Amino acid sequence: MSQIPALVRVFAYLSLLTVGGGMAAFPELKILTVDVHHWLTFPQLIHLYSLGQMAPGPNMMMIVAIGEWVAGLLGALVVVVAFFGPTSILALLVGRLWIRLGKWPWRESIQLGLAPVSIGLLLAGCLSFAREAVVGLETASIAAATFLILLRWKINPALLILAAAVVGALTF
Amino acid sequence: MTNPPAAPSATLLQIFREFLLIGATSFGGGVVAYLRSGLVEKRGWLDDRSFVELLSISQSLPGLNSTNMAILVGDRLKGTRGALAGFVGICLPGGILMLLVGMLFHEHGDYPLATAALKGVAAAAVGLILATALQLGRKSLGHVADVVFVAVAVIGVNRFHLSVLTVLLVVGVLATLWYRPRPAGSAP
Repeated sequence: MSQIPALVRVFAYLSLLTVGGGMAAFPELKILTVDVHHWLTFPQLIHLYSLGQMAPGPNMMMIVAIGEWVAGLLGALVVVVAFFGPTSILALLVGRLWIRLGKWPWRESIQLGLAPVSIGLLLAGCLSFAREAVVGLETASIAAATFLILLRWKINPALLILAAAVVGALTF
Repeated sequence: MTNPPAAPSATLLQIFREFLLIGATSFGGGVVAYLRSGLVEKRGWLDDRSFVELLSISQSLPGLNSTNMAILVGDRLKGTRGALAGFVGICLPGGILMLLVGMLFHEHGDYPLATAALKGVAAAAVGLILATALQLGRKSLGHVADVVFVAVAVIGVNRFHLSVLTVLLVVGVLATLWYRPRPAGSAP
């Protein structure tokens, strides 16, 4: 049975949840791809997402891998269109309207109101991610070290993630 | 301020190439910094004011900042086709890379060494996301009410397992109403 329609539905829906970034959609991404459709396991999703943080460009391109696993190259393409299509069309329309909205007072209200919501959703995504990724003293130490180093020094996060891969390979 | 900025000229190929370059080099997140240096400093397609304005539109909409910016900037420069050129450019390098990584991972992901390395990578990703949340929070949370909205969103999703969509709509509308336009002098 073709999974293409399900891929379109799932990723188009997830697309609309990515307020403030891809992580906001993570809890639903997990439920839909792992629990509902069994396209991959939770550890696989965690690993793909983490690998995606090392890739350049938009940080949700890992969805391409899910599409490819489920339905080959066509699946990969379908997932990109479904995930980025709705928000891109919205951005195109709002971008043109925004100029005309000019000093519409609700513009700032929406911006101020969405800031805490998007940070809350980012944290919520992080918690549901950490439930699988942080499972003991070693992983907790790696997470804490990465967090502290990033706050203290200006360093490219991709390098830290690479370093964590080496630490992981040596210790686990 | 009296003269509207001259419409910068850019061909579709130039737009595609610039976003392709950004899409191929912006390692480690923080695509915004790469966008600014490419679009404002190097190409001069936008001034800082329009860059910040487009960025604030990107951040107020669903969708990733990086792809929303590619759409908005591409559209400013060359209409719908420019938006498409920017979007394809910024997605192509990471997309192809993740396609290959995904295929490799599917074949070899269960080797013990790969599993161990990925365990480290996933833990580091948690640290990275937390750091991002804190940095964003320090920049944009100014009011006690903001902390309440953050907490309600987290508890709603993680504790009560509400769908992200529900939380987004309910808390988003409440927070927007909280910051509703008021006459000057009576801000919350």
